[in-house]
Amino acid sequence: MLRYILRRLLQAIPVFFGTTFLLYFMVFSMPGDPILALFGDRTPNEAVYNSLVEQYNLDEPFIVQYLLYMRDLFTGNLGVTFSGRSVNEVFADAFPVTLMLVTMAVIFEFVLAAVLGLISGLRAGKLSDQFNLVVALVLNSIPAFVAMFFAQYFIALGLGWAPVTVGANATWSTMWLPALTIALTLYVVGMRLMRGSVIESRGADYVRTAYAKGLTSRRVTPVHVARNSLIPVITNTAASFGALIAGTTVTEGIFNIPGIGKVLYDAIIGGQGPTIVSFVTILTVMYIIVNILVDLLYAVLDPRIRYV
Amino acid sequence: MSDKNPHYVAPIEESDQTEIDQVKLSERKSTLWLDAWRDLRRRPLFYVALVIVIFIVAMSVFPSWFTDIDPYATDSADLSKSNGPAEPGHPLGFTRQGQDIWARIVYGASTSLSVGLITVAITAILGVPMGAIAGFFGGWVDSLLSRIGDIFFSLPYFLAAVVVMTVLSDYRNVWVISVAIGGFAWATLARIVRAEVLQVKQQEYVQASTSLGRSRMGTLINHVLPNSITPAIAYLTLALGAAIVAEATLSFLGIGLPNSIMSWGNEISQASITVRTDPLPLIYPSLALIITVLAFTILGELLRDALDPKARARR
Repeated sequence: MLRYILRRLLQAIPVFFGTTFLLYFMVFSMPGDPILALFGDRTPNEAVYNSLVEQYNLDEPFIVQYLLYMRDLFTGNLGVTFSGRSVNEVFADAFPVTLMLVTMAVIFEFVLAAVLGLISGLRAGKLSDQFNLVVALVLNSIPAFVAMFFAQYFIALGLGWAPVTVGANATWSTMWLPALTIALTLYVVGMRLMRGSVIESRGADYVRTAYAKGLTSRRVTPVHVARNSLIPVITNTAASFGALIAGTTVTEGIFNIPGIGKVLYDAIIGGQGPTIVSFVTILTVMYIIVNILVDLLYAVLDPRIRYV
Repeated sequence: MSDKNPHYVAPIEESDQTEIDQVKLSERKSTLWLDAWRDLRRRPLFYVALVIVIFIVAMSVFPSWFTDIDPYATDSADLSKSNGPAEPGHPLGFTRQGQDIWARIVYGASTSLSVGLITVAITAILGVPMGAIAGFFGGWVDSLLSRIGDIFFSLPYFLAAVVVMTVLSDYRNVWVISVAIGGFAWATLARIVRAEVLQVKQQEYVQASTSLGRSRMGTLINHVLPNSITPAIAYLTLALGAAIVAEATLSFLGIGLPNSIMSWGNEISQASITVRTDPLPLIYPSLALIITVLAFTILGELLRDALDPKARARR
């Protein structure tokens, strides 16, 4: 196990430098003035311009710029956002909110995938199974931002079951609607994994043995079939956790949730290039870290992985 | 029982064994694609998806068949009808700017479809060779290409596209946005192709090809690739839907296509300002987006099943 952990960590090093280099390269080695490009139609005033030249060390050669940028990333010195707060401070405030939202979303996703997958697997081929699959596929085809607007308009505004926007008061009870909406557009993959492994384990020897011992399906289904089928669903849920950490921009923007996604959303809407670059870099690093943890979880749950 | 030589088993010419052993030349030939086609023809969902896709393609190529209004015309907006209800000739009502919603949806189809197709082409051009060469040649080539793939795989492609579109804010068009999406989405495809090539290259016919003197590259292109491309085709169909979503999301955020280009994402973005009082201008383009993505998703799913003989046998 230790060997596996070490190898996985070593593999992450080139990936870390590769992704950050790629991002940095895309922004700062384009022809023309990178700072003007980052501001699009707007022109920053001279003071902002000069402070950015200094922050990104644009008077140095490109590779030196990148290395200095890496040093800043490691020492947590990523400059300030447009409101004058340091990126660190903004991150520290926003990250717990995103973490809460994503945790809630993956819990919903897991429950939906496990329960509906179990039902579908037990009734494979029947009408309710087909119906389940089609509904999941339709929900999966709704783009996140559309799903958020629909949830906001029909459930929050129409039925009044949840706050229309979350605002500063980001708690479990105000964020359930966006979290559930995320889960509804995602659970199809986990549900299929659950369905597949339920079908497989229903035909497995240990299930036949359990029935042969005289156990009823009331006991066999939860204990023997469902529990063993959950492993792929757990790993899939963990993987979507990583994807969501980096992918709540639209959700947080529409529901006004003060997380990292909202910071990025505001920066995009406001055309604040440097903030976009800082937070995309942070989110990418988070994504890489979460994916390492997910891989380690795989190895814990499925010992075969460690020897591949 | 007077027979001296009793048969406990029917003699071979009386059994149906001969039937089984005989090769019927008259029977229809079967290939992977023919099998897949026969499989697809039996699925009602396939026809639903196909009709939608044909409809969208027709809308993209001949938008004037579907509406008399040209939303690109300067006099197409009538502010007095801002967010107005449906009326004869305007089946879905009007946008906030008083433009005909149906016409804008019809003309937006070609944008979505173009972005989808160009993105998928870029994904395939980058992903298939990367995966195929890595899997087939192995060794340091594989290590190098797979590490490059890992880097792109670890960069969430939507975030990368956000950065590209921010930097290239002066050049926002269908081609740039497709490159921004496809340029970062190919790594998954490369992994799929590589895994399939790794399996196929073990087959005897691949060894036969190289031992008959065909070059490694020739073997890869003529024997390995055709036999390992089917999962890629299914994946690309799904990716087409995902690319349409990515374009709409970027346009919704205001860093996709400029408003001068008809795009469902732009329509939704415009309508979102007044969604709480007038939801219909947002709901209609959203439905267009959902139906289109759903059609490509269903098509991709059915293709994946139909092109995988093992999955077919399991069903």
